[in-house]
Amino acid sequence: MSQIVVESLEKRFQVAERSPGFVGALSGVFRRRYRTVDALAGVDFRIDAGELVGYIGPNGAGKSTTIKILSGILTPSAGRCEIEGLVPWQDRKAHVRNIGVVFGQRTQLWWDLPVIESFELLRDIYRIPPSQYRTSSRELIDIMDLAPLLDTPVRQLSLGQRMRCDLVASLLHQPSILFLDEPTIGLDAISKLAVREFVKTLNRERRVTVILTTHDMDDIEALCDRIVVIGGGRILSDGTLASLRAKLRSERRIKLELLEPVAFDSPDVRVISAEGATLHLAFDPSVITTASLIKNIAESWPVKDIFIENPPIEELIAQLYAANRVNA
Amino acid sequence: MRGHGLGLYWRLILASMTSQMQYKASFILSSLGQFAATAVEIAGVWALFSRFGNLEHWNIAEVCMFYGLVNVSFAISDAIGTGFDQFGALYVKTGHFDRLLLRPRSIFLQLIGHEFALRRVGRFSQGLAVLAWSIVTLEIDFTAYQVFMMLVTIVTSVCFFLGLFILQATLSFWSVETLEIMNTLTYGGVECAQYPMAIYEGWFRRIFTFVIPLACISYFPVIAVLGIDDPLGSSRLFQTLVPLSGPLFLGISIVLFQRVGVRHYTSTGS
Repeated sequence: MSQIVVESLEKRFQVAERSPGFVGALSGVFRRRYRTVDALAGVDFRIDAGELVGYIGPNGAGKSTTIKILSGILTPSAGRCEIEGLVPWQDRKAHVRNIGVVFGQRTQLWWDLPVIESFELLRDIYRIPPSQYRTSSRELIDIMDLAPLLDTPVRQLSLGQRMRCDLVASLLHQPSILFLDEPTIGLDAISKLAVREFVKTLNRERRVTVILTTHDMDDIEALCDRIVVIGGGRILSDGTLASLRAKLRSERRIKLELLEPVAFDSPDVRVISAEGATLHLAFDPSVITTASLIKNIAESWPVKDIFIENPPIEELIAQLYAANRVNA
Repeated sequence: MRGHGLGLYWRLILASMTSQMQYKASFILSSLGQFAATAVEIAGVWALFSRFGNLEHWNIAEVCMFYGLVNVSFAISDAIGTGFDQFGALYVKTGHFDRLLLRPRSIFLQLIGHEFALRRVGRFSQGLAVLAWSIVTLEIDFTAYQVFMMLVTIVTSVCFFLGLFILQATLSFWSVETLEIMNTLTYGGVECAQYPMAIYEGWFRRIFTFVIPLACISYFPVIAVLGIDDPLGSSRLFQTLVPLSGPLFLGISIVLFQRVGVRHYTSTGS
């Protein structure tokens, strides 16, 4: 039995169409015209306990809507969703005890209070037993290295510090599932690494199921065993990063460093860019194997070094959207 | 607020006071500002009476009883109801309401625990001063019943004004711009209840008795506090019982907020 079951989930919104200008706004008060938008048009997936899933898609694809339904904020128009046997929007209070939610854009901490006071308020809100709170807060504060920040009012924290505190805040009640909505947005490189490291540890060592939405493909590559791609309210792809790569155009990349700049030309290879003696090449391994291509090049050109690369994940996703006619 | 709920309420309120004390200058200035603004109002009442003598049958000390009680009550509701009063701007516009839904506690408890606005001490102390002056000037020998009715007035008025704030919060799920309309009821209601309802036109009185029960929690119980006969002819029994419409109004507002407002939000998002 999966921990999270989502079946033919649909969500339609009625969006009021407002005419521009003062007269339009006035007439909108009396008579509104509505347009129906299918935010989710039948979404299915199952997630097992302990998985770390990347949930990605362009703005307006239905990512946030899915997360909001799964966390009990929104009621779907149709379909089924059960998380640990509970229906999120029907058993809100019981369900939210099992989950932690972090929104990268908004903090859940009390702006004017020291960090530690926010943690203690959350302890009382979630009714965490004092002994459990002592152990879990101490442990989390240690891992995230928050001890020096505990007495600082939240408004004085940097974005990276705040995100570390928000992560801890969402885990004090020891949820079995963690939703992360763009947790690395706007963070500097060091903070991003710290957040990723923490999420990885949490997932590996505590078996917390993590569902991560992000626009940062490095997050996906660093963290996710499984990637669910959504576009236009439908699941476009669900599988490992490797299977996503294999499913799409199986193009490989070669970075070639020559001893001197030359006019490069070779059969079965496409030149993407050439800068002096450094060339970026693309080829299709179903037309020519990597081994024979390297052999050909090495025999014909003055090669200094060769690197084989995978195409960046952004390109894979863009291809997927293009193939499914989703507007990114 | 069941059992443990009250404990959390105090925790949240204490936290809000700590937050407000981070901005001491702002607190002092806004309290003084509110005191000054409401003091101008009572100066207006005083000017009116010194020019025209009595207002129909009412002398200034009697009017000050109405004035003091409604201002004390409104200041209390305003202090505890900030989470609802500013709900549209603080929770709906910002999307912060999602966070309340993500916590395993009642939405009502979380919103009433949003803030205890200490700055309302400005209106409160001014209202209390006017009330005290009225009591001293009228030289009433208060019976237990009159003291009881004074408490009834305050408690039911607080319920009524909280109900208005909650109604306003319910509307802001649809449109944050409804604030101005509701202000005519809240601030307009306070202005209106500062004077005995008997001085107003009949249709106006009926609206504020049967549609919006403002007179039920101010005019009628205050008549009982003053221990006088109602020029409108109501009985003591009526004056004692109608204030119950205040808690009733609050109850209806809470149900509308939860059943209609929150449900609308969870089915449409922000």
